Amino acid sequence: MFHIYCPYCEEHREEEEFHPKGQAHIQRPVDPEACSDEAWGDYLFFRDNPRGIHHELWVHAVGCRKFFNITRHTVSYEILETYKMGEKPSITAADLSEKDKQAGVQAASGGWQTVGARPESEALNKEARA
Amino acid sequence: MQHYSGFGLVKHALSHHENWQRQWRNPTPKKEYDVIIVGGGGHGLATAYYLAKVHGITNVAVIEKGWLGGGNTARNTTIVRSNYLWDESAALYEHSMKLWEGLSQDLNYNVMFSQRGVLNLGHTLQDMRDIQRRVNANRLNGIDGEVLDTKGVQDIVPIMDCSKNARYPVMGASWQPRAGVARHDAVAWGYARGADARGVDILQQTEVTGFKIHDGRVVGVHTNRGDIGAKTVGCVASGNSGVLAKMAGFKLPIESHPLQALVSEPLKPVLDTVVMSNHVHGYISQSDKGDLVIGAGIDGYVGYGQRGSYATVEHTLQAIVEMFPIFSRVRMNRQWGGIVDTCPDACPILSATPVKGLFFNCGWGTGGFKATPGSGHIFAATLAKGKAHPLAAPFSIDRFHTGALVDEHGAAGVAH
Repeated sequence: MFHIYCPYCEEHREEEEFHPKGQAHIQRPVDPEACSDEAWGDYLFFRDNPRGIHHELWVHAVGCRKFFNITRHTVSYEILETYKMGEKPSITAADLSEKDKQAGVQAASGGWQTVGARPESEALNKEARA
Repeated sequence: MQHYSGFGLVKHALSHHENWQRQWRNPTPKKEYDVIIVGGGGHGLATAYYLAKVHGITNVAVIEKGWLGGGNTARNTTIVRSNYLWDESAALYEHSMKLWEGLSQDLNYNVMFSQRGVLNLGHTLQDMRDIQRRVNANRLNGIDGEVLDTKGVQDIVPIMDCSKNARYPVMGASWQPRAGVARHDAVAWGYARGADARGVDILQQTEVTGFKIHDGRVVGVHTNRGDIGAKTVGCVASGNSGVLAKMAGFKLPIESHPLQALVSEPLKPVLDTVVMSNHVHGYISQSDKGDLVIGAGIDGYVGYGQRGSYATVEHTLQAIVEMFPIFSRVRMNRQWGGIVDTCPDACPILSATPVKGLFFNCGWGTGGFKATPGSGHIFAATLAKGKAHPLAAPFSIDRFHTGALVDEHGAAGVAH
């Protein structure tokens, strides 16, 4: 059970008041009409999902009903920080110690990165289907 | 491989059961294999078994960072069914169901597959319309199914509250008689024994720490026991698939969530079928040992910790007690979490990847156990031929760019 600090209410409340809403800081393609299927698919479906430090969106559903961000460790589940919409996380990959890196702890890389945006993948997928 | 039979049981009784052969070896890794399978759960071991049995490829290693079947294979609620809505997934799960039906004989290992039927309850008019649509679709695909009314449900499960006074009255259900449960550990062990007997090396306590990739083609894996070469690598790592993909340099459309389940103290036989409800949101069956096996929804946040929040457990039990007031004073014995790899369309990914020779079998989300034999069978064919098996083709990763999703969310009694 999480005890979450809402940066708007400025209070700790129980997890039951909140809903997780997935990865934070996902940037919508600037010009959706012009972007490729790959970029659009990445935006819709592909996620960071790190085993380690994750930035995620939560909503204080039965409190102030505002969205905000949490940086959380996805193995220990420790909440490292909460911050308002539009702010940047202060804990990122750079904060991983050498020991963490050697133990394979990952950090969210932010934005989208992709299977599809690689030029060779379409050819590969065609090959696989043939 | 020592053949198991009633005669063998009697014979070994004479030596106090002290001389049974070990079920699989504990080999030292070779320098190179034809195929490496990353992940020694049910799906990975089944893949190795069918590679050896069907395709004659025996220079195979299964690499497992923990122990066999210690992940989601050991953490699920053992439900097996194939009543999915869409043609693609119905074909996939029915393929699996047909393999389940002969599995104990095939493996010479009792997986305790019990076709005790699965009820998917409907609590609203829309539920009932969806159920009718799904059962009709199932029948067109050659899958057994019936639509039951309230009385039909009450006849099968007399202890359930089917009265009009219930908070969410039971209006009916879909009923798949061929569905049921199986013994999860036995599935992993049976496949491991069968694969090992055909020459597959099962490497436990061996963790993959990276992939060796040359010119866009995989040539092996780094492990904590040294590098191992391979021509083809198949990753079957459920919740940790995304971690492996990251090592190989790409992302998957997957989020890993904790999915919790729990068992009660053992009771005398009280429930002889599987009951699932999406609307009230819980599912329950009774194991052969007598404990009630209970599950429900995932925890909504990304997590790798193999545990979730107590609030989720509370919601699950509220649902069970709502359906079965008789269980309100049953005590729960154990509770645990597994890490499920959920896809946006609640369907798996059986696919080639941007790295040549590297294949992924993942994204089974909350319902992978039922697919174990079929998944292994199809993935083995994919690895052996280097291209997707026809049943796997719709589940390629490029569907998330073409938009050709197989949207089973809410369609197939996928409850999450």
